[in-house]
Amino acid sequence: MSQDIRIKRGLDIKLIGAAELVTENAKPSNIYTLIPQDFHSIIPKLSVKIGSKLKAGESVFFNKANEDMKFPSPVSGEVVDIIRGDKRKLLAIKIQADSVQEFADFGIKDSKAMKEDEIKSHLLASGCWPFIKQRPYDVIANPTKTPRDIFISAYASAPLAANYDYVLAGKEKELQAAVTALSKLTTGNVHVSVGENANSQFVGLDNSTLHKVSGPHPSGNVGTQIAKINPVNKGEVVWTITPQDLVIIGELLLTGKFNAERIIALAGSGVSNPKYYKTKIGATISSIVEGKLNEVESRIISGNVLTGKAKNKKEALGYYDNMITVIPEGNDYELFGWTMPVFNKISTTRALTFSWLFPNKKFDLNTNTNGEHRAFVVTGNYEEVFPLDIFPMQILKACMYKDLDEMEQLGMYEVAPEDFALTEFVCISKQPHQEIIRKGLDLMLKEIG
Amino acid sequence: MGLKEKLHNIKEKGKGKKWLPAFAAFHTFLYTPNDTTQSGGHVRGADDLKRTMNTVVLALIPCLIFGIFNTGFQHYAAIGEAVGFLSMDALLIGLWKVLPLVVVSYVVGLGVEFIFAIIKGHEVEEGYLVTGMLVPLIVPVDIPLWMLSVAVIFGVVIGKEVFGGTGMNILNPALTIRAFLFFAYPTWMSGDKVWVTGAVERAKDIAEGANLDAISGETILGGLAQGNPVTHSLSDMFFGFIPGSVGETSTFLILLAGLFLIFSKIGSWRIMLSAVLGAIAMGFIFNGVVAAQWITEGSKFYALMSTEYWHHLLIGGFAFGVVFMATDPVTASQTNKGKWIYGFLIGFLSIMIRVFNPAYPEGVMLAILLMNVFAPTIDHYVVQGNVKRRLKRLKVKTA
Repeated sequence: MSQDIRIKRGLDIKLIGAAELVTENAKPSNIYTLIPQDFHSIIPKLSVKIGSKLKAGESVFFNKANEDMKFPSPVSGEVVDIIRGDKRKLLAIKIQADSVQEFADFGIKDSKAMKEDEIKSHLLASGCWPFIKQRPYDVIANPTKTPRDIFISAYASAPLAANYDYVLAGKEKELQAAVTALSKLTTGNVHVSVGENANSQFVGLDNSTLHKVSGPHPSGNVGTQIAKINPVNKGEVVWTITPQDLVIIGELLLTGKFNAERIIALAGSGVSNPKYYKTKIGATISSIVEGKLNEVESRIISGNVLTGKAKNKKEALGYYDNMITVIPEGNDYELFGWTMPVFNKISTTRALTFSWLFPNKKFDLNTNTNGEHRAFVVTGNYEEVFPLDIFPMQILKACMYKDLDEMEQLGMYEVAPEDFALTEFVCISKQPHQEIIRKGLDLMLKEIG
Repeated sequence: MGLKEKLHNIKEKGKGKKWLPAFAAFHTFLYTPNDTTQSGGHVRGADDLKRTMNTVVLALIPCLIFGIFNTGFQHYAAIGEAVGFLSMDALLIGLWKVLPLVVVSYVVGLGVEFIFAIIKGHEVEEGYLVTGMLVPLIVPVDIPLWMLSVAVIFGVVIGKEVFGGTGMNILNPALTIRAFLFFAYPTWMSGDKVWVTGAVERAKDIAEGANLDAISGETILGGLAQGNPVTHSLSDMFFGFIPGSVGETSTFLILLAGLFLIFSKIGSWRIMLSAVLGAIAMGFIFNGVVAAQWITEGSKFYALMSTEYWHHLLIGGFAFGVVFMATDPVTASQTNKGKWIYGFLIGFLSIMIRVFNPAYPEGVMLAILLMNVFAPTIDHYVVQGNVKRRLKRLKVKTA
């Protein structure tokens, strides 16, 4: 029952600095950091102290609301620092890596023979559960629920995104093992979306339904694909997981080890020689970027330019991220910037902005907002880049005035902040769309659950 | 130290101070701020509200320049002295009459905006950039400046600021200003004297006993409402060599501006197109009524009803209203489907009011204000359609 997905409404933000399809080993990071905020809505409880010795895959902290949900150490080593903020809020756990890596042994499993409960407890115990996220609310999946379907997007359409076909090369066995295991957790299907012309490792996998995706970003967003395949209704839950995390689950099943290794793209105009690097979850950013950046004031982003988080070199690669983007900071003034013709920035209008003349040009965008924050004024421009059957401005406003009924009616169960990254990009009033949606989802999670 | 650094230092010093919004208004006019993205996406599109508003102002400039020349041209035509349209004489009279309107509109309007920004501690918003340019273009040229000032204060305070400023208002501020003038000072806003500069003064002189010929300052619509025959050619109507509010006469330039706004994606083509369709539909109906001989030539509506449907698009303020006022995104329908309905009804009602309101034979202002009020209702039903679709999806599942 394959169903092809064609997106018309969207926008490809073409940036310079795409990673060359070459992989190098990143310098081994001395320190690996786990950041509880990477796991939205989880309240962490530590299971280690400073000085504790850990093997890769052993629990560092667990979810206060569900003690079975463990968050593992990406490496073997010693806990050297636990950083807390206001009210002793846990901010980061730093682990110094051993020179010889040891792995906790979770046992080799045959995913075909496993039952639903076995798979769930195995993923929870080994720390692989947090890779599975759910809609509604875009948080880590609730293991007590059974999802209607599971969605995997193996097509990355975000700016400069890592090429899945490249980074997943040779991982067919791991992917198959993980997909087979996941397919037992849902009553519906495991939907996998690949690019129209992609040479994807997912093609031909058992226990999954393949979809071919085409069109501009956000065609690769899993939220877009869910909306086109089978949107989330009230009362339903679907799960999502990214391909690079499937590989870790697959390796766990095949070898019994939690191997946090992943190939990430280092991209953006701030990188002198953009390419792919092999590193691990939680690696210190400097171990990946040191000596590879251009000498300009730039912003390092763990993730892509639309949804990633700004980091400094001492901070760590985000738990779910498979790329680092470096772009110039834009903290400078521009003379008559509001009225001069614009050739070097992207715009969806033609108000003396000329990016429409060069549809294939790659731009060097910086982090300037290109204007000040205002109330919503212009209408109709969000719809041009928003492929879901939802009224974007109306749902944003409902989130701002916190009308839970209206948020529900307008489709809040279907969306995640990343679905509003493009409306945020084109927003003339420079409203923080993703933050508004995140707060709205948190409110619903708290009030409705 | 360059100007950029100097201004930056002043801004840093002014943080938290009362005068900062006023300074920032000038600063951001000179330099786009150094703000960087703090949440969500790290890059943003090139457009901001200033650029958007500026694009509309750019589209209005040709209408303003034409209006200046036309003011002088109509004045000389009415007193029987033939001067060229682009002559220096016409230009001088036009500048003398129109520039004060522009200056008063901006100074008073922006003054109110600055005061509110300082009181409320927010930035000076750009909305008035467009309103301030629209206002002088939609009033009769001889309107006394104090009346204009009062109306602008009313329009900005009651029409916009009490709702929370740009983006929050229900009614189009420029039309609120015009409606205020219309209802408060009707003698200066309608009739057969105010549309050509000098006509009112001349009438006063004659009343005081001066031996002069009266100047007729009548618009085509005014004439039709009186049942007078149209003396202007179609090409005059299209290119705008006719009396009327300062900037509304040239359908040709308004058409070009409309195409520019559609091309630049700043104005909604849905609203403009559907409003034209609505006007044609109403015009057709009236032409049909005349053709079916349901009304006789003696009727006071006959002249306007029998005006060919497409002539309605050329005369009066219809084109100007549809291109520049109906498309105001804040007060129009916000959904794409809603824009079709909203625009169509504006066109339809404009012509209806125009024909049935003999005291003031123009309908576009009232039609737009009326539909401004109904725009949220239209949107509500469009959005409910989406909500129902979602509920239906759920019902199909659970059934």
